[in-house]
Amino acid sequence: MPKQQANWSPYDNNGGTCVAIAGADYCVIAADTRMSTGYSILTRDYSKIIQLADKSVMASSGFQADVRALQKVLAARHLLYQHQHNKQMSCPAMAQLLSNTLYFKRFFPYYSFNVLGGLDSEGKCKGKGCVFTYDAVGSYERVGYSAQGSGATLITPFLDNQLKSPSPLLLPAKDAVTPLSEIEAIDLVKTCFASATERDIYTGDKVEMLVLNASGIRQEFMELRKD
Amino acid sequence: MFRNQYDTDVTTWSPAGRLFQVEYAMEAVKQGSAAIGLRSKTHVVLASVNKASSELSSHQKKIFKVDDHIGVAIAGLTADGRVLSRYMRNECINYSYTYESPLPVGRLVVQLADKAQVCTQRSWKRPYGVGLLVGGLDESGAHLYYNCPSGNYFEYQAFAIGSRSQAAKTYLERKFESFMDSSREDLIKDALFALRETLQGEKMTSSICTISILGAGEAFHVLDQETVQRLINEFEVVGEEPPANEAAAPDAEAAAPGAAEGAAPDQGAAPMDI
Repeated sequence: MPKQQANWSPYDNNGGTCVAIAGADYCVIAADTRMSTGYSILTRDYSKIIQLADKSVMASSGFQADVRALQKVLAARHLLYQHQHNKQMSCPAMAQLLSNTLYFKRFFPYYSFNVLGGLDSEGKCKGKGCVFTYDAVGSYERVGYSAQGSGATLITPFLDNQLKSPSPLLLPAKDAVTPLSEIEAIDLVKTCFASATERDIYTGDKVEMLVLNASGIRQEFMELRKD
Repeated sequence: MFRNQYDTDVTTWSPAGRLFQVEYAMEAVKQGSAAIGLRSKTHVVLASVNKASSELSSHQKKIFKVDDHIGVAIAGLTADGRVLSRYMRNECINYSYTYESPLPVGRLVVQLADKAQVCTQRSWKRPYGVGLLVGGLDESGAHLYYNCPSGNYFEYQAFAIGSRSQAAKTYLERKFESFMDSSREDLIKDALFALRETLQGEKMTSSICTISILGAGEAFHVLDQETVQRLINEFEVVGEEPPANEAAAPDAEAAAPGAAEGAAPDQGAAPMDI
């Protein structure tokens, strides 16, 4: 008798795309609001973004049940941190926590492809935008911009063309963050989503954008094609 | 107060049916500096006296935020209080995680009481030497509970624990009937008056007391020193008797700016924010 294969998977892919761009004094995090399964749409109005701390926002695509579970774990851990340290977690600290949390389930991973965005709050980098990008098991890197999810392959080459800066390892040290202004960056994000929506069936409906800067946090929506 | 024969062990009864170790633990609460709680229909105020072991040291933290909707003031062995606060915080976080809603205060105090009871029935443990005034807001309204080292808990309209708390209790007994419908500001004022009773003549400044509040639409937080000093100035100007305060309120507004210079926030032994 041939070996029985599992005909059930604990994972599902709900599709969607997430993008984040870091600027000199702001950070834009965006995600579409479509939730799918297979070739069907479950809802056109689902948020993939969560504000974890004062200056940390996470957008995740993949399996939304795992994303939700991950968000709850991080929120609880942040509360604990606040009780112990009497302050909010900085973005780089949250980045490390997210990495550890993901690797903790290395052998049954969260099917969650994350981008973490926010403002750095340490020393001479205070107020600078930061973006961290992850794989499903916690490998992460600080970058100037990132895209994750079903539309990432369509968006990343475009962002490379518009934003890619020389390596920060070169001398003299060059910033990884984009010199673009906040308005320009938001416009770029809208363009990315409009383009991705054209060719990726899992991306569309609306794009939700969160902008963090010195004056706080702002939310914007833009309509996308519904087909 | 020496009841030597049956007090070695918490698991030994006295012939009169008492557990002396538990009663000694309750003594520890009476030795700690005062903590006061009052509640209205919509708010709970917790206040405490800041006692520093010497002029050189900071004072002990006696009021803890447990969650947005629950705070606790302790009296007695503050180390035990800190540990229990950590337990309460964890319980709130875990409940929120599982049920995505805030832990009802009544549930928390029962868990706390059961935890305290365990320590009264194990020979290798000792009772917690701390009394907790737990204030919280949930769907059934604002509540104030007192948790004993014995494992008992009671709900109160207003209560005071710690040293010289009887003076505060006398004041509260006079005024408690009006608390349910009190405004937020009146509740804070009454807390300050009650706290002043425990100081018994000592000069009341914002560095010697800590006031915290939680309520409908207001997460638990400790009032900052300036706000407290301003409130103290307002009623110091009017004079001793709180009932007279209502009639003299218009005068207080006019006189307060003048008094403010004389009683600037006392930066003396500033609390260490841990």
